[in-house]
Amino acid sequence: MILDNRLIDAQPLADYRTAMATPTSWNTRASDRAQRLARAAEALGPALAGKRVDPDALPRLLQAVLRPGDRVCLEGNNQKQADFLAATLAALDPATVHGLHMVQSVVALPEHLDVFENGIAERLDFSFSGPQAARLAQLVSDGSLRLGAIHTYLELFARYFVDLTPRVALVAAQAADADGNLYTGPNTEDTPAILEATAFSGGIVIVQVNELLDAPDASLPRVDVPGGWVDFIVKAPRPHYIEPLFTRDPAQISEIQVLMAMMAIKGIYAEYGVQRLNHGIGFDTAAIELLLPTYGEALGLKGKICSHWALNPHPTLIPAIEAGWVKSIHSFGSELGMEHYLRARPDVFFTGADGSMRSNRAMCQVAGHYACDLFIGSTLQLDLQGNSSTATLGRIAGFGGAPNMGTDAGGRRHGSPAWMKAGDQARGGRSGVAGVPKGRKLVVQMVETFREHMRPAFVDRLDAWELREQAGLDLPPIMIYGEDVTHILTEEGLANLLLCRTDEEREQAIRGVAGYTAVGLARDHAMVENLRDRGIVQRPEDLGIDSRQATRNLLAARSIRDLVRASGGLYQPPKRFRHW
Amino acid sequence: MTGISPELETLEYRWEGQREAGDFPPVLVGVVGSGNLEVLLEPEAGPACTVRIETSARGFGDIWHAVVRDFHRRHDLAGVRISIHDMGATPAVVSLRLDQAAREIAA
Repeated sequence: MILDNRLIDAQPLADYRTAMATPTSWNTRASDRAQRLARAAEALGPALAGKRVDPDALPRLLQAVLRPGDRVCLEGNNQKQADFLAATLAALDPATVHGLHMVQSVVALPEHLDVFENGIAERLDFSFSGPQAARLAQLVSDGSLRLGAIHTYLELFARYFVDLTPRVALVAAQAADADGNLYTGPNTEDTPAILEATAFSGGIVIVQVNELLDAPDASLPRVDVPGGWVDFIVKAPRPHYIEPLFTRDPAQISEIQVLMAMMAIKGIYAEYGVQRLNHGIGFDTAAIELLLPTYGEALGLKGKICSHWALNPHPTLIPAIEAGWVKSIHSFGSELGMEHYLRARPDVFFTGADGSMRSNRAMCQVAGHYACDLFIGSTLQLDLQGNSSTATLGRIAGFGGAPNMGTDAGGRRHGSPAWMKAGDQARGGRSGVAGVPKGRKLVVQMVETFREHMRPAFVDRLDAWELREQAGLDLPPIMIYGEDVTHILTEEGLANLLLCRTDEEREQAIRGVAGYTAVGLARDHAMVENLRDRGIVQRPEDLGIDSRQATRNLLAARSIRDLVRASGGLYQPPKRFRHW
Repeated sequence: MTGISPELETLEYRWEGQREAGDFPPVLVGVVGSGNLEVLLEPEAGPACTVRIETSARGFGDIWHAVVRDFHRRHDLAGVRISIHDMGATPAVVSLRLDQAAREIAA
């Protein structure tokens, strides 16, 4: 077809040519960066030597490089915290530094919220807020904090490279050399993702380190971040704080948790042949880890399940590792006290040529999302559709990585026995677009029907709906959508939602394992018995599990001390976990 | 079951059962500790299984009734007096302890 030029209005083209004739500046970010660096040099004077900043001059540095309204990434991870930078930022004069937009995966320290209370920051985009959840909710409701969204880790990292790119990054590393190269040690965590986004977009990178290698020939054990990405280094007065988030004392695991762990191993892991998996945080999954070398061994499952993991270095996995169950573990972060053990098991953990582990939250989240066949974790609330949330009234907790771990990866194109079997169950008897061959990730919510203080885990309506109203969020903060959950496991039994064909069946399957909660008591008994006949609801006895066997004697370790012993003394638990 | 209050709540239930327990030495399982409970089983003349609960958590009578009723449906005991001292145990723990205690007299 020949386009008739006469039909095109000539005006847009003329406008375009005029615009093109006007010179455009293509390096505003670089010149802005140069101005900030010049201001820093001027403010610091002799307190700046190369990239090194005198710790006493840190407030001057921050005031010089920060501008009102800047988007700032303050490294708050699940474990490692840039605490010296956080405390200094929170103590700045809000007359000079204000209106900051904080982007950070974890809101963990009081200082992370002090910046809002003190008028230094006003907007927040984040992933997880564990211990600060109640105060965060308070700040949102009194209007001193405007919440963007509650993201998954991967989602937030993704936005660092699209529309939430940090102008200034404040991060933590173990050590720096004279050129600014960084060694993060085992807790690499978010640092590479944050710095890649910041350093390659004309941003400013400020790092607090525990150690500075002064001698020009001194070398780091390995380089985790090249010095070229780093602008300023400050030696913190104290080593950065690390939270031992994934340490669970086996002494606190209950018989009920042992029973649920038996059901998970026999009813799900063995049933689907789950070899590649991720465990959420908590005593429920710690119980599973401690039953592998005992109950799992007795069932003849060694080598058939649980070979490859995307997992933080859980101390409770030590007995299974020592018994030869585990081929590989890639980790989001490290765990305090596990450093020597990790170093001594390089066949299992991802360690560098220097011998120490390197974690990487972004990579491990990708691994968990695309290459694991099962996620199992706990929650605070489940509704009749299976939607699950940890956000309860007055607490905006966030969900970290759970939504990415707890969903089938739509882009996945490789098969595995567990994934294919779950897919077959989900698609069985369906035709058309719903019948196209495809696997399905196993997503298990493992909860006791009542939490502490008799709060029911099963509810008619999630608090998330009310929180959406209160915080003005686009979406209710649901951690894992009901349509992604494949199994619900309680002390009463196991509900396989993959086999449900109607919303009514799904609701009764959920009620059928909800115990004595109001949701459970309102079940249709006849329908639940029908679901049981079809294997959709299974009781311990249906799985061939004798609940009399569910004692703490089945745990491969019954105390932290047992874990130390199992590790041959390599695991060195933090003091608060040493009870002997 | 919790919401621990200084005043104890007392609940009592009675069902007639078919499985005569006969004479047996008293059975005690569990401990009185937070989130746990103590269950004592003793022989009692007559065709009934009686249950007396003292709990630190008030206001959960409906749930106790359902838990104990289901226990009775499972074991159908007669001639047994059950005394429970509860310190905020969940229904799952209550059921587990009751089953453990019933097993002791069956053994």
